[in-house]
Amino acid sequence: MFNGRSLVVGVALALFSLAGVADSALQWETEILHLLKHDCGSCHGMTLRGGLGPSLLPERLKLFTQEQLAATILHGRPGTPMPPWKPFLTEQEALWLAGLLKKGIKP
Amino acid sequence: MRLIFIGLLLISSIGQAADCLPRGTGDLGIIIERAAGSVQVVDTTHRKALFRVEGLGDLSHASAVYSRDARYAYVFGRDGGLSKVDLLCGMLVKRVVQGGNSIGGAISQDGRLIAVSNYEPGGVKVFSAETLELVANIPATKTPEGKGSKTVGLVDAPGQRFVFSLYDTDEVWVADMSDPKSPKLTQFKEAGRHPYDGLITPDGRYYIAGLFGEDGLTLLDLWHIDKGPTRILSHYGKGEQQLPVYKMPHLEGWAVAGDLAFLPAIGHYEVLVVNRSNWQPAGTVPVYGQPVFAMAQPDGRQIWVNFAFPNNDTIQVIDTETLKVIKTLKPGKGALHMEFAPRGEEVWISIRDEDRVKIFDTTTLEQIGSLPVDKPSGIFFTSRAHKIGL
Repeated sequence: MFNGRSLVVGVALALFSLAGVADSALQWETEILHLLKHDCGSCHGMTLRGGLGPSLLPERLKLFTQEQLAATILHGRPGTPMPPWKPFLTEQEALWLAGLLKKGIKP
Repeated sequence: MRLIFIGLLLISSIGQAADCLPRGTGDLGIIIERAAGSVQVVDTTHRKALFRVEGLGDLSHASAVYSRDARYAYVFGRDGGLSKVDLLCGMLVKRVVQGGNSIGGAISQDGRLIAVSNYEPGGVKVFSAETLELVANIPATKTPEGKGSKTVGLVDAPGQRFVFSLYDTDEVWVADMSDPKSPKLTQFKEAGRHPYDGLITPDGRYYIAGLFGEDGLTLLDLWHIDKGPTRILSHYGKGEQQLPVYKMPHLEGWAVAGDLAFLPAIGHYEVLVVNRSNWQPAGTVPVYGQPVFAMAQPDGRQIWVNFAFPNNDTIQVIDTETLKVIKTLKPGKGALHMEFAPRGEEVWISIRDEDRVKIFDTTTLEQIGSLPVDKPSGIFFTSRAHKIGL
């Protein structure tokens, strides 16, 4: 199963050591990963294999650039159920999430 | 075969089956633990957990139906898993992975068949309720890209039928399972743009599908199936900017009070009210967010509504006489699902982000208890066993 806690800790630690970011950054990363798992997950599946929305696994996302994915996250896809997440995520946060998804989050 | 048997034994032991309980199941239920892939078996009279049953796979979107003896729950998981859980023994009896990506299921009128609808590969598969062996496969219409249409809104109907909708190809199908091995299909094309979920009235007469691709809903009268589907409430929200939908509404259950029925609008912060005698609009109730579930108490006196992200910390209660919100509750973040006690004196509400199910008195609207449950989502009580469409 998706071990949320160790993933959050792992990702957060990795970023912490890379960039030496402050606690507040850890906070938003944790929140975004929670959002990804539970709110994105309600359509894309908690393991991101897809549901009403398509799979968000790296095999499929390699069709898109990180910037394209970030734009889809922020602005949604008109005509589909994908809503714009701009009210809740900054451009920087969307890019970070897009990069993470392209790399793959190990379930 | 032997390997499968050993596998089942192993799974059972994970469930830590205690001695089976010599009791009735009428006041029992299950609560989905969506992140852990487990369910808790609960006793609603004593408000306590009896068992935790593990190993049900990805339950991030899960639902359940009951055998007619109300001893077994059939749980439909996101990963295509169909699990049969014994409530009295707290045990996973059997689990099959029947599709790539499933969305829900139904039990037939006679209790012998379990149908599962799939996003992938699309279509419906029908299983023996006893053994979970495949009985029939009903593939969906292919989209121009060659994939089977995502299949949603599956319900049981009288006459040993299943009714469901095809999201990508805008269809409603009726499958007559009188001869289980060769389903007789009635297929309605152009039944409405992108049906996303469906329900059936408690008498089993009307099937209603919500539409994502246009305003309105599709109505099929199963007493006069030859007339085909018609559109109802097709002008709700007309001229208004649609709001983004951060979680699709669910039409499970049927919120009926007297002559009125209550349905979640999509893209609008409203509950729609419709007159059941002629299917004409009877008003809208402005609410706090995009409704996900609008559920009537068993007595029809009040409708309880929960909401999509980012308003999913709130529950509103609507008075069905005045059509006004009489109470706004803040039970906690991630208020995902509600289930009423069989006669409606209390309602259990899953609060995902607090790992707790909170119990409210439906008369005083006060919290009267709670249970620890890991990331709870769907709550399903055994009183569903004898209701059409649940």
